[in-house]
Amino acid sequence: MATAAASRQLSASERLRRSIGNGRVSAVLILLPPALILFTLFVILPLGESGYYSFFNWNGYGSPTDFVGLENYQRIAGHSIFHKAIGNTVKIVAISLLIQMPLAMVMALLIYRKTPTNALFRLVFFLPYILAEVAAGLIWSFVFDGNYGVTASIARSMGVESFFILADRDWAFVAVMTVIVWKYFGFHMMIYIAALQSVPEDLIEAGRIEGAKRLQIVRYVQLPHIKPAIIVSAFFAIIGALQVFDVIIPLTNGGPSNQTHTIVTYLYTYGLTRLNIGFGSAVGVILFIAAITVAVFYQRVFMKGDKP
Amino acid sequence: MRYTVAITALLGVAALGGGAFAQTEINVLRVSTNDEQKAYYEEIAEAFEAQHKDVNVTFEYIANEAYKSKLPTLLQSNARPDIFYSWGGETLVDQAEAGFLQPISSLLPDGFAETIPEAGLKAYSVDGSLYGLPLYATEVVFWTNTELTDEAGIDLDAIKTWDDFLGAVKTLKDADITPIIVGGQDKWPLHFYWSYLALREGGKDIIAQAMAGEDGGFENAAFVAAGEDFKQLVDLEPFQPGFMGTTYETSSGMFADGAGAFYLMGDWDYLPMRERSTSGKGLPDEQLAIVNFPAISSPVAEGGDAATLGGINGWAVTHSAEPAAVEFLAFMLSAENQRKGARQQLFIPIVKGTDDALDNPFYARVSKDISNSSYHQIFLDQFLGASVGATVNDISADLAQGVISPEEAAAMVQEAWSFR
Repeated sequence: MATAAASRQLSASERLRRSIGNGRVSAVLILLPPALILFTLFVILPLGESGYYSFFNWNGYGSPTDFVGLENYQRIAGHSIFHKAIGNTVKIVAISLLIQMPLAMVMALLIYRKTPTNALFRLVFFLPYILAEVAAGLIWSFVFDGNYGVTASIARSMGVESFFILADRDWAFVAVMTVIVWKYFGFHMMIYIAALQSVPEDLIEAGRIEGAKRLQIVRYVQLPHIKPAIIVSAFFAIIGALQVFDVIIPLTNGGPSNQTHTIVTYLYTYGLTRLNIGFGSAVGVILFIAAITVAVFYQRVFMKGDKP
Repeated sequence: MRYTVAITALLGVAALGGGAFAQTEINVLRVSTNDEQKAYYEEIAEAFEAQHKDVNVTFEYIANEAYKSKLPTLLQSNARPDIFYSWGGETLVDQAEAGFLQPISSLLPDGFAETIPEAGLKAYSVDGSLYGLPLYATEVVFWTNTELTDEAGIDLDAIKTWDDFLGAVKTLKDADITPIIVGGQDKWPLHFYWSYLALREGGKDIIAQAMAGEDGGFENAAFVAAGEDFKQLVDLEPFQPGFMGTTYETSSGMFADGAGAFYLMGDWDYLPMRERSTSGKGLPDEQLAIVNFPAISSPVAEGGDAATLGGINGWAVTHSAEPAAVEFLAFMLSAENQRKGARQQLFIPIVKGTDDALDNPFYARVSKDISNSSYHQIFLDQFLGASVGATVNDISADLAQGVISPEEAAAMVQEAWSFR
């Protein structure tokens, strides 16, 4: 017993000595600092700074002096445009989960097999995702343009009066969501395709021999198999929805009259372009907390049994 | 190894050689502009360098929105420019109060300040100290397509009051002509209406009074009345369809393409709108007229009829700039250089007596307007600072869509002003 304890005690210092000997500690000493320093400099520090700035009414000039406590947070909580931005963000989450992901799944099921035509379709559907966000936004703003755009030509050919969807307070965000679905469904489709291809062929074969119909195979064989992929893709969809920014700026710039803001465009418009750095920091802190909460909650609930 | 030594030695010699001239660098930062104007500055810089062998002047350009958001950070860094472009107003006050600017009166050549009109100097002074100099003045006017107004049978000279103007809009509507083109997506083209109406309703000092918090500040009856006047116009549905999805650039091209009769915009759009038209030529001068913003028949307070809205754009000098930078600034704004800019139709010069170089009848007209003006109000979205200014733009866009009441609009501006 006593010897065992002694050997264990010994092993603590022994372990340290050995790990120095076999290079583990030096590996840590060499490899950790770059990442740690970069992470601290560019993630932790700015985070802490925005937390600090969020208590000031500060326009970015000089150093913050006008301490206002929680007033920035109060103003955000009472700002109707912020409520709108939250609502829009929730709408994007909903549309991503209820329309974009099923659409991606249907597409994936149609074209996941490796054939030349399918490769072509995959490329076509994936193309919007590769396109730069700003370019996509600009292209669609031309499509929706009621004077010179595609919308105008369609309206003209049908003999109806042209409409201006991006100028309409009620419909502009529908246009924005259409673009978002168009832009990102290819990404989710690719995740599903990769997963579907890893479903063992003999399982599907067995199902078919048992007399399962196509839909039944999808429902009882394929979907259960790719559940981890669906969970990951939903995670990306939610976090992505929280971050939507660069599609909206060229498309509507948050307008008409601030009806199409998301949390991030709200932060940019009210914090940066208006030089309310303190206010913007407070929005940033709120967004950070929201993202962290979603991420942790999601990991806990959905990705728990995920470990291989 | 030997090579490295040789190269290092060479570099060392080169550095010493460079140092012997003791160059003074003057960095000027400007919002991006057209090529003609860039060439104009280049020429001025070269002329100055020719006179001062030890000085090197560099102009740098950043696009408009990026310029506004980058400037605060830039001013706090060591890469700050010596001279930078400014719109004056609260932003300049903020910069001066944060200690980024330097007073330049004592560094200017004798008698130079007298060549600049009082209003121009005032626009670049904070608490009595001069921190920069104006380059040019602009005025917002109704650009008018006379072919369309003639077609509808409108006598432009008869438009004196807001009611006359509303009448003209109705006549145009009846004649199936789009009365007004506006770039609503950018919002600031709409804020011209609210600003002008506030000036007309409340008198020339209304903005200063509101900023000082007198008579209810921005909730003063004049601002509410301005909203109501604007609402009268909006109720006539005067703008082109989908105006809230139209940017300033698009609207400018649309007007030049003859899509509507009136276009409330600054004189600076005279050349750009042609470039943005489908033909690249736009409306010929004969088909173009200027109508001043009409008066209000029974305003809340008298005295706003002769006020003008526009800009006094110019330059501010940072605290670390060498005296040579101020010397260059004075050189750039010499009567001769101002005349040159006027002759090239780049801008309406601000230095006294240089407007004789304006051949263009529209510029000459605007220049006369500004010198006759009782008060030249700087654009509210600049004058009130970034945050309150953007709120003015917001409420103007909301009023134009009829989604808020004039009272709500005024209250929103006041709220933004009190939390500045």
